[in-house]
Amino acid sequence: MLDIKNIQTFYGKIQALRDVSIKVNSGEIVSLIGANGAGKSTLLMTVSGINKPREGVIIFEGKNIEKEEPHKIVKLGISQSPEGRRIFSKLTVEENLKLGSNIYENGRNYLNDIKEIFELFPVLSDRKTQRGGTLSGGEQQMLAIGRALMARPKMLLLDEPSLGIAPKLVNQIFVAIKNINKEKKVTIFLVEQNAKKALELADRAYVLVNGKVTIQGTGQELLKNQDIQAAYLEGGG
Amino acid sequence: MEYFLQQLVNGITLGSIYGLIAIGYTMVYGIIGMINFAHGDIFMIGAFIAIISFLIFGLTSIALPFILLFVLLISMLFTACYGWTVEKLAYKPLRGSFRLAPLISALGMSIVLQNFVQVAQGARTKAIHPIITGKFEFFKESDFVVIVSHLQIFMVLLTIALMAGFTFLITKTDLGRAQRACEQDKTMASLLGINVDRTISVTFIIGSSLASVAGMMFVLYYGVIDFYIGFLAGIKAFTAAVLGGIGSLPGAMLGGLIIGLIEVMWSGYISSEYKDVAAFSVLIVTLIFFPTGLLGKPEIEKV
Ligand SMILES: Nc1ncnc2c1ncn2[C@@H]1O[C@H](COP(=O)(O)OP(=O)(O)OP(=O)(O)O)[C@@H](O)[C@H]1O
Ligand SMILES: [Mg+2]
Repeated sequence: MLDIKNIQTFYGKIQALRDVSIKVNSGEIVSLIGANGAGKSTLLMTVSGINKPREGVIIFEGKNIEKEEPHKIVKLGISQSPEGRRIFSKLTVEENLKLGSNIYENGRNYLNDIKEIFELFPVLSDRKTQRGGTLSGGEQQMLAIGRALMARPKMLLLDEPSLGIAPKLVNQIFVAIKNINKEKKVTIFLVEQNAKKALELADRAYVLVNGKVTIQGTGQELLKNQDIQAAYLEGGG
Repeated sequence: MEYFLQQLVNGITLGSIYGLIAIGYTMVYGIIGMINFAHGDIFMIGAFIAIISFLIFGLTSIALPFILLFVLLISMLFTACYGWTVEKLAYKPLRGSFRLAPLISALGMSIVLQNFVQVAQGARTKAIHPIITGKFEFFKESDFVVIVSHLQIFMVLLTIALMAGFTFLITKTDLGRAQRACEQDKTMASLLGINVDRTISVTFIIGSSLASVAGMMFVLYYGVIDFYIGFLAGIKAFTAAVLGGIGSLPGAMLGGLIIGLIEVMWSGYISSEYKDVAAFSVLIVTLIFFPTGLLGKPEIEKV
């Protein structure tokens, strides 16, 4: 479904991604783990068209998208819940959600979609008229995922949904991610530093080190891998 | 007292013009963080398109309300095209370059527009006869009769209608929501499928069409214009936007009203020769003592 081939992405002279190739098949949950600064967010932003790769191609459902504009990539079916959540703090929860459906220009009825998001994350329903900036970190994360779902994506990119969130909420969010994949049939490409959780959830996974993919395999294989245990899983990961 | 009431009426009328222009300054600042110094000249263009349309329609036998409507629509449409073009030519290519670049480009555009009108329309003033005549008189038995002209009522009502429509657009529609999202985080907006470039273009289109209405009202109110009117009106409207809190839409409307009132009161009670000084003094005082303006947000979000 998504085929990332030999991507090189730069920030000025700094090279953030070195010859990265990753495949995500339809219906899968694929996780990408890696330390701070490994280039995980850069990769998602490259898929979303915010960063343009200097070399390599990205093919989504048979179409080259590496030169496409970000808003068009969303229309093709890829949406993202970015690192740091980036909620519109001055807009209400409901407005944040409605923004996610802006790609449908001809008065599409988004109320039903909002209802589905509220079923997935009931807290958001209680906070409907509250400004996004007043939500807790966990609630903001749910809102960010919900907002990305409003575009009815075929593939959802999630950048560190567990970042800075209480363990109890993290569990809830991971359950929701699984739900989104199994019930809503959305393919998921998940970026995480919380390696244990990400690998448990994943069908397949990749490890990114200094902008390079070093290990790949099924989630279970990687959980058992000695190097990964040493580098990412020990000490509670 | 009657004299004060008269000044109040005049001030509100003038404030309508400034408020409509100020919205353009504040919207553009809100979305791309620059002061569009050519906006005053967009207003001037709107005034010229209006006066030319009035002169043309004056030759026909169309009824007055229709003439007003047609002129309004024509000047909104054409002025919006100018605003859109200015953004595409002078600002869009500079997006992402250093902060002063679009500002310098805006000053350049301002000169270009003035010279263009000067060459195309001549340097002399253009005038029309009063179009909306008639008035109401109050306090007839006192020694100062307060006059509220039909034109003033027309201007204030039109302004209120436009502001209401505009507020609805910004707060309730997809377009307005996208516009507010882009103000806060353009990258995130584009990740949601919002066409950021188009949203910015629409901002210029809206700002320019509101300014053109101000231009048409200026033509009706003063009856005479030249290619230079954009400068003063522009600075006063800019002051209004700063006073209201740059980036704040209700602030721009409020600021416009206050600047209109200050100017009229100043000329009524202090000196009409130095009335333009009033606006500049307000600008300086605002910038020094409360740079975030009356309704501005002191949040440090735009870095
Ligand atoms: N806007 C930028 N300008 C310059 N360098 C950048 C920029 N964004 C990221 N980098 C650099 O690119 C590299 C990869 O950063 P990236 O944010 O993709 O890492 P990450 O794996 O997402 O890290 P984290 O887990 O901390 O989010 C880092 O060395 C970082 O310093
Ligand atoms: Mg990151």
